[in-house]
Amino acid sequence: MNYRMIACVTSRILLTEAALMSLSLLTALAYGESVWPFAATMLLLTLAGLPLGLRAPKDTALYARDGFAVVASAWVLLSAFGALPFVFSGEIPAFIDAFFETVSGFTTTGATILTEVEPLRRGVLFWRSFTHWVGGMGVLVFVMAILPMSDGHGMHLMRAEVPGPSVGKLVSRMSESAKILYGIYTALTVLEIVILRLGGMPFFDSCVHAFGSAGTGGFSNRNLSVGAYDNPFFDVVIGTFMLLFSINFNLYYYLLMRRFAEVWKSETLWTFLGIVSLSVFAIAGNVASMYGSFLTALRYSYFQVASIISTSGFSTADFNLWPAFSRAVLTVLMFIGACAGSTGGGIKVDRLIILVKASVRDMKKMLHPNAVASVRFEGKPLPERNIQGVHTFIAVYLIIFVASYLLLSLEGFDLISTFTALSACINNIGPGLEMVGPMGNFAAFSPASKLLLSFDMLVGRLEIFPMLLLFAPSMWRRRRLIRRNPF
Amino acid sequence: MNIIIVGAGKVGLTLTRQLIAEHRITLIDRNAQLIDNIVNIYDVLAVCGNGASYEIQTEAEAAKADLLIATTTSDEINILACLVAKKLGVPHTIARIRNPEYEKQLRFMRGELGLSMAINPEKVAAREIARILRFPAAMKIESFSKGRLELVEYRLPENSALDGISLLELYRNTRIRVLVCAVARKDRTIIPSGDFVLRAGDKIYLTSAPDQLAKFFQHLGVFRKKASSVMIVGASKMCYYLAEELLRMGMSVKIIDQSEARCVQISERLPKALVIVGDGTDHELLREEGLLETDAFVAITGVDEANILMSMSAARQSRGACKIIAKINRRSLVELVSEEHNIDSIVSAQSVTAELIVQYIRAMEGASGMTIKTLHHLVEGAVEAVEFSIPAGAPLVGVPLKDLKMKGGILLAGIVRANGQIIIPSGGDMIQPGDDVIAVTSGLRLQEIQDLLK
Repeated sequence: MNYRMIACVTSRILLTEAALMSLSLLTALAYGESVWPFAATMLLLTLAGLPLGLRAPKDTALYARDGFAVVASAWVLLSAFGALPFVFSGEIPAFIDAFFETVSGFTTTGATILTEVEPLRRGVLFWRSFTHWVGGMGVLVFVMAILPMSDGHGMHLMRAEVPGPSVGKLVSRMSESAKILYGIYTALTVLEIVILRLGGMPFFDSCVHAFGSAGTGGFSNRNLSVGAYDNPFFDVVIGTFMLLFSINFNLYYYLLMRRFAEVWKSETLWTFLGIVSLSVFAIAGNVASMYGSFLTALRYSYFQVASIISTSGFSTADFNLWPAFSRAVLTVLMFIGACAGSTGGGIKVDRLIILVKASVRDMKKMLHPNAVASVRFEGKPLPERNIQGVHTFIAVYLIIFVASYLLLSLEGFDLISTFTALSACINNIGPGLEMVGPMGNFAAFSPASKLLLSFDMLVGRLEIFPMLLLFAPSMWRRRRLIRRNPF
Repeated sequence: MNIIIVGAGKVGLTLTRQLIAEHRITLIDRNAQLIDNIVNIYDVLAVCGNGASYEIQTEAEAAKADLLIATTTSDEINILACLVAKKLGVPHTIARIRNPEYEKQLRFMRGELGLSMAINPEKVAAREIARILRFPAAMKIESFSKGRLELVEYRLPENSALDGISLLELYRNTRIRVLVCAVARKDRTIIPSGDFVLRAGDKIYLTSAPDQLAKFFQHLGVFRKKASSVMIVGASKMCYYLAEELLRMGMSVKIIDQSEARCVQISERLPKALVIVGDGTDHELLREEGLLETDAFVAITGVDEANILMSMSAARQSRGACKIIAKINRRSLVELVSEEHNIDSIVSAQSVTAELIVQYIRAMEGASGMTIKTLHHLVEGAVEAVEFSIPAGAPLVGVPLKDLKMKGGILLAGIVRANGQIIIPSGGDMIQPGDDVIAVTSGLRLQEIQDLLK
């Protein structure tokens, strides 16, 4: 493995984090708060990143293994350093708690250990939400957009970080693709901030909620999340933007390029919208009696469905109190997740479509053993390898889920809390049901469980394999050094 | 520039490697596995499908491309791909066309199909081999200005007379007007100045007129006469072009191939050549057919490994009396073999093709159009030798060279006047309109003559 290059890329990512943190520092400055938690962290990041990050080594080749190693180690380090402002400012004194909160931020989960959010300092709150925005599109993609790696090999990095079963580039150059994606992302975020601000939300709150929905994270600066404003306009705007951010970003590029036919023919888009509308109406019908009118029920159900399927995790209502059917629908949506190529998490609609189609094909083959049938996805026959990839993904996903579930149940909480806490973390949603419901939090878990959940969040965000390979012995095995006999 | 390459074979890959740093590249190939591997390594956009189909080219956004290069194994697909691209509005198209039957009608097709350039790698490589055989003392020989100036590559052997001699001493002692324009020493490449001292093992690049070079090698005592009998193993397309050229130059040619069908085919086309059915790796056969009496042995079968082994064994049998040339296409093998010194020259069809295409692209980009006439890569691409034709009114015209402010790492290796006179430049010389100027650089990419200046 090319350790020197891995260290270089990772160092550059740390330097990038220091640069990104300056926005939080400015926020703290603007609200007259102490800037030293940020200043100190930025200094540490610079010290850690400078020695190896400045000069690229001679051999810049990164192979698949190196790509996974870079992604995994970068995300762990990013979160570890990103946790420092919380600790230094004293808002979250325990490092484990701060680490959990930061991982939850970068992985756009939005699970919190804080009971009271409102008293937090503005600078810290800004950083907490900004991690969503950064993590949503990916840090490596960002680094690639501004510092292109000299001679390619970057596809391995991109593949390891961008969610979804396959990675498609928009244009020939990866750095240009990354710039286009970040451009669309930033434009949509700014649009949301402006609309929220025009609707009367304070500017700071607009930013926090726009970051939360852009990254499909779900950190709010209000204890009651978006529900605190009780404003139908905000519900509709934030709900709609969460859905917009959980659609494959390539489609926006096609729209910009006036390639409408490709958007119109997108199988994933229509399936996603179908699942959303079906769930919205099913839940609205189910909870209509609770809210008196179908329209009010529709408002809450639209927001909640958008929030869960986009894997954001904002809430306008305590869906813990909803009937079993509605809660079951939401739980199912947790696993479905967003579209590939978006900022959302979960298993992804694309994988489910492939899974269903492959199963139908296999059943057909049982009846007609000699039939030749290929699985078509987005209008093209899908290579057998990709189908296999999806099967492997689901299998490993289930294994990790079951193992984590068993470990987490050692805490002794009720099964629903344990189950939904885990699925909220591994699918990067945030709130679950019962104890970890929209009004609850993760504070009650032990430090060991918090670490486990942090791991699961990273597993969910990085699509399992980079994190898993960190534990593979062959990943770190060096060529044995031959020792010369000194005598 | 946006460049589309159809066919991700060896040529496509070599081109990608050379062009990736400066251009946006889209690759089209039918083989999904091949596409996957390339996308993992190079920062390109890849489209899987038939490059000659309108649909696939639209998907690759051919309408936005500046150049399409078709290098699949099939000539027909290459021609069709260029035709489709032309229709889609691609201004420049280059096709690889290898079949000798099409070769004849190339000029006609170029006009009708709107091909900007048709490349026949086998033919280009065959020409290169023929050039070497005309001047066997050199490892490699490139020509500029229609052959009036040549650039040769020569490795100083262990006990060379030049070991430990500085270039100034060399020029003074020999009184032959040659110029050492680049030196490759181990991993380094040097554009030398006068006080540079040569060492045994260096690879030096010399420019001069062909007769001066011959004199120079005679002076060194390593001159070899033009080969008069050549043994070629492998009756491939390249062999056909090579034998044709060698026969025209009046050499006697022996061709050996295992396949009887191929042998019959080539002997029908080249009645003057002696064609033998047999195994080129067989010592006895080679000896029987007079390996020890031939001047040159050329291994150009389709398999790199076979070529290497054959050349090595031929080199051992002939004990240096015979010039050994091998065709090796895979880059990794070239690097490996060039460290051993028993194969005199290595030729690769891929790299000559890529060289020609890069030359074309460079000329395309130059603001004033076709000012680049020739481009050659030396030392595995670390050094470029570029020939410019000087239009009237160029900024360097009429200024003594010592007064020109040139960038570092550039050496003017030769000036060819319009009347054919060759000048090895020194500080007092001036460039005149109508001249051909040859510049050697490392690490710079020259597009126009102005790029020489600071």
